[in-house]
This record gives sequence, C-alpha cells and structure tokens, in this order.
Amino acid sequence: MRATRWALVGAGIAAGTVVVARSIAPKSPGGRELEKGRWRSVTIDKPVDEVMRDGIPEPLAALGDLIEVRATDAPGGRGTELSARLVDGEPTGAGAGISRLSGTDPRQAVRTALREAKQLIEVGEVIRLDPKPEGHRRNTPFGAIVDMGAKRSGGEGVL
Amino acid sequence: MKALVWQGVNELSVERVDDPQILNTHDAIVKVTRTVTCGSDLHLLGGYVPTMRSGDILGHEFMGEIVEVGPGVRKHKVGDRVVMCSFMSCGNCWYCKQGLTSLCDNSNPHPGFGEALWGQSTGGCFGYSQTTGGFAGSHAEYVRVPFADNTAFSIPEGVTDEQAVFVSDAVPTGWMGADLGGVKPGDTVAVWGAGGVGQMAARAAMLLGAERVIVIDRLPERLRQVEEVIGAETLDYSQAEILPELRELTGGRGPDVCIEAVGMEAHSRGPMNAYDQVKTPLRLQTDRPTAVRQAIMAARKGGSVFVLGVFGGVVDKFPLGAIMNKGLTLRSAQQHGHRYIPMLLERVQRGEIRTDHLATHTMPLDEAPKGYEMFKNKDDGCVRVAFRPGG
Ligand SMILES: NC(=O)c1ccc[n+]([C@@H]2O[C@H](COP(=O)([O-])OP(=O)(O)OC[C@H]3O[C@@H](n4cnc5c(N)ncnc54)[C@H](O)[C@@H]3O)[C@@H](O)[C@H]2O)c1
Ligand SMILES: [Zn+2]
Ligand SMILES: [Zn+2]
Repeated sequence: MRATRWALVGAGIAAGTVVVARSIAPKSPGGRELEKGRWRSVTIDKPVDEVMRDGIPEPLAALGDLIEVRATDAPGGRGTELSARLVDGEPTGAGAGISRLSGTDPRQAVRTALREAKQLIEVGEVIRLDPKPEGHRRNTPFGAIVDMGAKRSGGEGVL
Repeated sequence: MKALVWQGVNELSVERVDDPQILNTHDAIVKVTRTVTCGSDLHLLGGYVPTMRSGDILGHEFMGEIVEVGPGVRKHKVGDRVVMCSFMSCGNCWYCKQGLTSLCDNSNPHPGFGEALWGQSTGGCFGYSQTTGGFAGSHAEYVRVPFADNTAFSIPEGVTDEQAVFVSDAVPTGWMGADLGGVKPGDTVAVWGAGGVGQMAARAAMLLGAERVIVIDRLPERLRQVEEVIGAETLDYSQAEILPELRELTGGRGPDVCIEAVGMEAHSRGPMNAYDQVKTPLRLQTDRPTAVRQAIMAARKGGSVFVLGVFGGVVDKFPLGAIMNKGLTLRSAQQHGHRYIPMLLERVQRGEIRTDHLATHTMPLDEAPKGYEMFKNKDDGCVRVAFRPGG
C-alpha cells in the first residue's frame, strides 16, 4: 500500500493560499512518473482555512490514495477552489465505458465526492431524493436509459 | 396519497402513491391546498423534455400548509400557510447569495444531465423532469419541500389561496423578465405570449414605470384579460403583421425591452412555421423559437430581449446578426423567485398585482387529466387550471 503523506505544494503563490495535497506521485515500474488525471474542481463559498480545517474534507478524504487534492483561493473573494485528480490517470478504452455504466469509474467517485464535500460545507448535509412518491414506472428501453442516467448523474457531467 | 402522474407523451393519470417523507433536516412536508397548471408543463406533456420518466409526479406552482418540519427548519412551523417558489434555493451557495437562485449549486441531485446538455446545471425544481433533480411535483396531496426556510414563503393576511398560488411561479417569472430585462420609467415594452407568465411580465413592466406595454397573442380571451385586468395594450398576431405593427406603434424605433413568454412550442403563421414543424421532429432542431426570433427583430437598437419561455436544446435560423449589429442585450433565466416573492406578496396584498383571474378553472385533483387537456387546447378560455387536492 502506498504511504499517505501531506505536503504543502506551490508555497509562495498568492498570499493566503493554502495548497495541500497528497504528494506521492506514483511511479511506473521503470520509475517514470505516470500521467495523472486532470483536476476536477468545485468552488465552495467559504475561505480555504474553513474548507480545510480538518484536512481534506469528507467524503473526499475517504478516497484516500486514489486522488491528490488541492485547495486554493478563488479570485475575487469567491471562496475556495477545491480540486481533486486521479493519481493513476484517467481511465480509457472500452473498459472505461463499462465502468461508467456500472458506476465503478473512479471519475464518478471523484465528482460525487467533490459535490458532496461542497454541500456538506455550504449547507451541512447532502440533499437526498429517495424514497420519494412516484407512480407506476413502465419498463421501456428509453425509461431504462433515463433511470440509468438519473442513477449516475451525481457522478457524471463535465466536472 | 393521490397524485397526478406523467405516463408518457400526452398521457396523464391520477394514481395512489406513497406519501412523501422528510429526508433532510431542512425539509418540510406541505399539505397542498392549490396547485396549478403552467405552460412549462405542456413542454413535458408534449415530450419535449427527454428526461421525463413514466411515474413522475407533475406540478411546480403551488401553495398549502406546513404539516411537518425537519429539525433544521428555523423560519417555519407546522400550521404556516405558505407558497413555494417552484425552484429550490439552498441559500448558502454563491448563486443563492447573488439572488440567482434558480442556479443554486446544491439543490439538484442530478447535475450530470444539465452539465451534459448545457455545460452547467440548474438548481432543483418541483416536478420538472430528472434534469432539474427528479423531485416529486405538487399535483399531489402532500409534497416534500427541501430547504423549506428558503423555498417556502408565509402568505400575508388578506391574500387568498387563489391569489397566492401564482406567486409561486407566474408572478416572479414575469417580474424577473421585466426587472432583469432592464425596464425603466418611460420605456415601451412588448411581451410575446398572454399566458400567466406573459400577463405577469406585462404588469411588472407597468409597475416598473413603462409608459407603454403591448402584449402579443392570438387567443381572444387572453388578450381580453390583458386589456381588462392587466391594463396593457394588445396585438393579435393572427390579425396583424407584428413587426411593422410594432414599428408603427413605437414611432419607428421598436420596443426598448422585448420579453418573450411563449417558449419552445411557439406557434406561427407563414413559411417559418412549416420549416420549424418539419425540422423539430427530425431532431435537426429541438425547439421552435418563433417568438424569440420576432422579439430580436423587433427590439430597438441597443435594446434588450429577455427570454422567459423555456427552451431545452438547439434552435435554427437564430438571428445572431440582429443581436450583434443592433447592439442588443439578450438575457434569460429560469425564475429567480426567492429575491422577489416577499415583495410580490405585498403587492398582491395591496391590489397592485391581480392574479386570481388566471385560474379560469378549478377542479379536484381527480379531474387533473381533463384539466390538462383543456389547458393544452386552450378550451373554454382556459388560462390556468387550479387543482384542489383536498377535494
Ligand atoms: N423562466 C421561467 O422560470 C419560467 C417559469 C414559468 C414558465 N416559463 C415558460 O414561459 C412560457 C409561458 O408560460 P405560460 O404558463 O404563460 O404558458 P401558456 O402556454 O399558458 O401561454 C403561452 C402563450 O403564448 C402564445 N403564443 C404561442 N405562440 C406565440 C407567438 N408566436 N407569438 C405570441 N404568442 C404566442 C399562446 O397562444 C399562449 O397564450 C412557457 O414556455 C413556460 O415554460 C418559464
Ligand atoms: Zn412554471
Ligand atoms: Zn444555493
């Protein structure tokens, strides 16, 4: 198992900016640094020290070694840009499509965790939807697509 | 409980469904007293919004009484008589703090749809497809109201149920169109569509000081309401050529502010209608922007156009050149009602805004499928149907 360690990176950029990240870069067997995933971000309307008061906020912290996290001041006093990226890079190929459908794509976990971390910090809870009243749901192919879309929506999108 | 359920394109049924529950600490449960049809529902009914699912409960414009509150609710208590904004606001994200509440970051559990379609997602809305969160709608005996402190508003004394219910959606939407469209004292304002939204936009423009307000539609009963209740002028597009008519009425300038309150199913005369009717089903365009095109062409140089009508996707033959060369400002939004509703309730109380005439028909919830049929076909002068889930 990879060690988890905290580091301050990018020190000396904009004053007041706290950038914390899990700093371990994975190495391929040959020792070359693997290409990491792209940063995914949410902006939280709270200052960085509040967002990072207890370290990486939950449920992002629960993703552990899967991700690197950074938190920076948003310009114009707009709070904190909280970002995460996959240490092992973006999934590709046919397998990636299947894991998106089955809900096991790690990007979905990152998006969901970023959105939920924001909600927990801004409003104190994650909005829930189920169980909810609903009428008879017909089994149709298009209905199945909408259901799948709704089920995965919290982890999908362009974030 | 009973609820009105979407079962497919132009197919509605009243079904027995589970009662809603408190799921978050900021939730309340509201017993619905009045819930009304909105032009937006017609887009769902007609199958123009692809993320509807059979079994979804419709309805987003409603008022009622709070019967249960979650432990995080501060402003409201059981027994409060309230009207809900059709969109939900968390009150704590940047958008909510800016008063751009329909853009709330935290109220839509299904952001993936909006992001895939538009690059960003809207906030949550009652009974308005999976894209706005998949929340159960208000055409039911009870509704769960998330973020109740922000989404529900106490109704002042002297405002009746029939008046208050429209402060949920039609009144704030119309007000926003006039306000963010930039209506100033002395302006001439043209409004496309004499439904609930267009009528309220016209009234808002008058209250914001517009000197002339002209409402365009073809339905005589609605145009009569505009003249008699709202007090604005009217143009019947089935009788008159709108662009030359508006030029003549404005001394050749064109309206300062054009407000479009028609939406993606706009109807039109002439060759463009045939063109749009062919292209929409072929999915070469998803929406029919007839009134938007006209509003852009009509606006004076340097004027503004506000799109209140709901659109979902892409349109064709969009007069971008007119926007650019005439220096127009084009704005739009789902309604940011939270910033206006308390003020609007007071205006209704003072008699400055009349709304009850919009409910041309009132029915028990059991008859809602029939009510929507009337509303869709504009039968019997129908402007909006109010349902009484309590019977
Ligand atoms: N922005 C928002 O938050 C918001 C809120 C509520 C409703 N809406 C939208 O506003 C629009 C109007 O809502 P409504 O409840 O008044 O609907 P409605 O269906 O009752 O009224 C629409 C009116 O437009 C008229 N019309 C159709 N084609 C026209 C044309 N080419 N020129 C002029 N008038 C034309 C119809 O005759 C009808 O009277 C809908 O698209 C609805 O989805 C938006
Ligand atoms: Zn509406
Ligand atoms: Zn918000």
